[in-house]
Amino acid sequence: MTERILEVEGLSVDIPVPAGMLHPVQDLSFHVDRGETLAIVGESGCGKSLTSLALMDLLPSRATRRASKLALDGQDLTGLSERQMSDLRGNRMSMIFQEPMTSLNPAYTIGDQLIEALRRHRGVTVGEARDRAVWLLEKVGITAARERLRQYPHQLSGGLRQRVMIAMALMCGPDLIIADEPTTALDVTIQAQILHLLADLQREFRTGLILITHDLGVVARVADRVAVMYAGQFVEEGTALQIFQAPTHPYTQGLLNCIPVPGKTARGAHLGTIPGIVPSLVGRMPGCHFAERCRYVTDACRADAIALRDATEPGHRYRCVLSPEETAAHNQMETAQ
Amino acid sequence: MLPYVLKRFAVAILVAITVSMITFSMIYLSGDPALALAGETATEADIENIRRVYGYDRPIVVQYLDWLYRAVQGDFGQSHYLKKPVSEVIFERLPTTMLLGFCALVFALTLSIPLGVLAAIRPNSMIDRVALTIAVVGQAMPSFWFALIMMLWLGIYWRLLPVTGTDSWANFVMPSIALGYYITPAVMRLTRAGMLEVLSTDYIRTARAKGLRPMTVLFKHALRNAIIPVVSLAAVQFGFMLGGSIVIETIFAINGLGFLAWESIQRADLPMMQAIVLVLSIFYIVLTFLADMLNAWLDPRIRVG
Ligand SMILES: Nc1ncnc2c1ncn2[C@@H]1O[C@H](COP(=O)(O)OP(=O)(O)OP(=O)(O)O)[C@@H](O)[C@H]1O
Ligand SMILES: [Mg+2]
Repeated sequence: MTERILEVEGLSVDIPVPAGMLHPVQDLSFHVDRGETLAIVGESGCGKSLTSLALMDLLPSRATRRASKLALDGQDLTGLSERQMSDLRGNRMSMIFQEPMTSLNPAYTIGDQLIEALRRHRGVTVGEARDRAVWLLEKVGITAARERLRQYPHQLSGGLRQRVMIAMALMCGPDLIIADEPTTALDVTIQAQILHLLADLQREFRTGLILITHDLGVVARVADRVAVMYAGQFVEEGTALQIFQAPTHPYTQGLLNCIPVPGKTARGAHLGTIPGIVPSLVGRMPGCHFAERCRYVTDACRADAIALRDATEPGHRYRCVLSPEETAAHNQMETAQ
Repeated sequence: MLPYVLKRFAVAILVAITVSMITFSMIYLSGDPALALAGETATEADIENIRRVYGYDRPIVVQYLDWLYRAVQGDFGQSHYLKKPVSEVIFERLPTTMLLGFCALVFALTLSIPLGVLAAIRPNSMIDRVALTIAVVGQAMPSFWFALIMMLWLGIYWRLLPVTGTDSWANFVMPSIALGYYITPAVMRLTRAGMLEVLSTDYIRTARAKGLRPMTVLFKHALRNAIIPVVSLAAVQFGFMLGGSIVIETIFAINGLGFLAWESIQRADLPMMQAIVLVLSIFYIVLTFLADMLNAWLDPRIRVG
């Protein structure tokens, strides 16, 4: 049994900037099922955060959002007023941010901040809300939870704060959690803990999870499906297995070649890098966005916009003029070198 | 919390001691105090006599400690001009100045904080421009001139408010506005800047992501943090206001400490001036200390180590 928790079609974000119109999110379509983890990966600046803010309708005020379909558990979000949207935020859909050090209000205890959403959305008593907060703090692995409620954010370490943020996101038992690089700001040792915690809770509560990251190692461990984002567009999407075993877009291949594989990558061996930088997202770009950095670029790449096309397996799609066989062959040569 | 309170308290005491030293040395500012007291026709023997009677012949440290010992007990000596104990006059006048200062502060804060908040919510809007105009005018216009303009229109042309004296509450309206307006621009601009900064923080985004109502986000989450620097500034500005009260009380003939200061300067009544400077300074020190305590209450990072 699958249930569509989130359905997105043709999501775009535009921001006017001094240099012109910025198109950081361009015509994205994706969906998340109940209990499923969708990972969105991509380099810094490719539009991941703006995508998640667009879903929450928390974009900066100058930005405009367009979407032909945006539905949470069947309910259309595109026409909702700010008031109606705020009834859903923190309630049916919640968000975990990248910066645990600054995402909690320094002036209030974590208990106070934990119970807020539940009190706002469910109108429960302070006592009931506290009980749930304690229960969730224990769930996210915080000891002496009831005493912690009285502590202030500055008394907690980064890892603990991010656990608090996760508990906070779960307070109302949301259908969807959007975690925007939840571990980037943390120590490497804590990163894995937090991610596994998130994955466990997501399975336990059967929540839909959008996990945004630029760490492919993370994705391999927790994601069901993966969307690879480049310069505002999805360039490849598929199940985690498809993406890792048969990366088809040259950008995805490049990303994967950047990760060392224990046992396969020799010590001191040259790791792949993708030369060049993400292009400016100001104005419209004809053709493939990755063309400037792609080793296999041809004239055809720069002519017209390139649509997502099916790869060999169903559900696996990519955005390139080359056929799956061609890119796979190129990639083989590349890694053999 | 306790170490912080003790530290602040120690600082306050140190400042108070420094101020008392400066205040004490005021009597030597105009040269030999015995000479000044004796007058122009006095003989050498008279001056020597005065020096002994008033104790000016003792070592300066002894004189200071003696003076401080009395001052702490509320004994500031005799007024040369009024021939009354200085403390008696001071405590007669102090409540009036306190009342004026309080009204002025209330006026200033109720004008500047809401305006600053509104300006920050809608930057570059109509309300932001109005607030900016008020700030610029307030900063450019000397308070005595503003006081005179108000007096002329509200008091004399339209006869809405009494011009001078302290007979009723109505007498305090114009002086409070004139005095309070003086500190409005700085407080308003800091409130606006603080709110703008806080509203763009991650924790405000978190609050919005929780679906909290706009009023909760604004007042519970934003203002509480934005107001912390404003509290310190308001305390400092209140000090300026005490200085300003000398001008304002004189213009409106309000029988407060400020007016007394002006009178005493004219009369060269040194013990009185000393006492006024000391009392106003202590008042200011206490206020700053209270502001620090308020900040500790607002900001747990100060309170809980
Ligand atoms: N408020 C804004 N105004 C103008 N441009 C913005 C704004 N926010 C983001 N951008 C631009 O939009 C692009 C996408 O930003 P976004 O924050 O979504 O990237 P990201 O993929 O989340 O990157 P990172 O991995 O660094 O978090 C970037 O080029 C960024 O400079
Ligand atoms: Mg980001």
